[in-house]
Amino acid sequence: MINSKDIIDTINMVQKEHFDVRTTTMGLSLLGCISATAEKTAQNCYDLICRRAEKIVKVANDLSMEYGVPIVNKRISVTPISLIASPFKGQEIVIAKALDKAAKEVGVDFIGGYSALVHKSTTSYERSFIDSIPEVLASTDILCSSVNVGTTRSGINLDAIKELGEMIKKTAELTKDRDGFGCAKFVAFCNAVEDNPFMAGAFHGVGEGECVINVGVSGPGVVYRAIKDAPDANITEIAEIIKKTAFKITRVGQLIATEAAKRLNAELGIVDLSLAPTPAIGDSVGRILEEMGISTVGGHGTTACLAILNDAVKKGGTMASSKVGGLSGAFIPVSEDEGMIAAAESGILTLPKLEAMTAVCSVGIDMVAVPGDTPASTISALIADEAAIGMVNNKTTAVRVIPVPNKKVGDFVEFGGLLGRAPIMDVTCASAEKFISRGGKIPAPIHGNKN
Amino acid sequence: MKAIITVIGEDKAGIIAGVSTLLAEKKINIEDISQTIMQGYFTMIMLVNIETSTISIEALKCDLDALGEKIGVKIILQHEDIFNAMHRI
Repeated sequence: MINSKDIIDTINMVQKEHFDVRTTTMGLSLLGCISATAEKTAQNCYDLICRRAEKIVKVANDLSMEYGVPIVNKRISVTPISLIASPFKGQEIVIAKALDKAAKEVGVDFIGGYSALVHKSTTSYERSFIDSIPEVLASTDILCSSVNVGTTRSGINLDAIKELGEMIKKTAELTKDRDGFGCAKFVAFCNAVEDNPFMAGAFHGVGEGECVINVGVSGPGVVYRAIKDAPDANITEIAEIIKKTAFKITRVGQLIATEAAKRLNAELGIVDLSLAPTPAIGDSVGRILEEMGISTVGGHGTTACLAILNDAVKKGGTMASSKVGGLSGAFIPVSEDEGMIAAAESGILTLPKLEAMTAVCSVGIDMVAVPGDTPASTISALIADEAAIGMVNNKTTAVRVIPVPNKKVGDFVEFGGLLGRAPIMDVTCASAEKFISRGGKIPAPIHGNKN
Repeated sequence: MKAIITVIGEDKAGIIAGVSTLLAEKKINIEDISQTIMQGYFTMIMLVNIETSTISIEALKCDLDALGEKIGVKIILQHEDIFNAMHRI
């Protein structure tokens, strides 16, 4: 029998340190749903989702009960809808509403994939698709959207970034009665991955199978506790402690993913090794960095600590899973992390520091609230900066920013639930209007050409 | 399927009797049992085989919760594989 200490160790992880499987996400290909009309295509998408994902909530709940580990979210990701809706310019919302309805019917928390991949260029149907995003996010509830604007291989589509800045502003305006909540369901990517189980950026890439189960683990509280129990360890030892903890966490993810795929008659996809925080006390990535020795996250040394954390999580997790993928790293969403919220509120964690942190972790400027009067060009420039970091460093970066209507620096915005609350952060007043309005494409870096 | 039942709480008379009686009623065999004091708490760990159980896992967990509440301890039932996954390579 397993020894008592290990058993208690596992029980404490769940009961005291908020350990959970953050998401079980079913990736579904909708390519076979395209039909003669938007209405028929929407109906096909609805039928397929309801049929394939019918049992996902029950299976996740059963697994959670049997193994004694909470599975917090059940989600669906689908083929980028810009492709599915390509013959139906101007009618994208018909399909969007069918997705939202199907997701509610099967009882999942979110559905992702209202997405477009425009990293090299934007087609006319993709332009129409991007135009549809504000209305879609305002008129659906659990549908998430993303647009990939760059890759290391292809460079960055600055024309698309210009459109996204304006689109995000419009989304905030259309959802101003909910503090711009629509923007919390949209993310702009560079080097987007096709098997990400996390929202808002999940979509089911065209290279994927028909029905795939991807699992995202979590566990910032477990890592925090492990470091707290070693107050005199040097940083090499800290990295080892994180690795060992990440190994245990990921093994559970692998177990749940394998079992869920079997019961749902789906392909086993990937385990995403991300440390995903929640606004709950004791479930914060920010507090891990502080426990490593920074008095407030955002202070000097934060980037180095985050680099250690991110690397150690990957090293520990990689050995624990036969299929690692998704975003895999540490997330630093501001509004969803109690430690980050406190640090942003104190003024020590700033946007420039967050940007630096995104160079060494997964993923990017995430769940950051900015003043409602932030110009569209400034939002575009923020996306361009992040995309440049991703492109040059050959990693995924993302921007999920909310220009909260009628709010200014110092105000607070409450999104509730896992999306949390955030102080409005300061953006620089210097204008990027001319840079963004130039348009064009940022050429790919020389190391993108690897052949 | 094999499961681990962990009982954590204050040491008192009747804990083992209470849990094993409940398991016997449901035709669940106890394959291994150990008890110790950990972090100041009485901790009993049982390896049980629930293949022969007359009730579902969900119902069994409910019964164990109710029993735990009655005798003032926490009783947790989990599939054995979660511990194997985490602690065995």
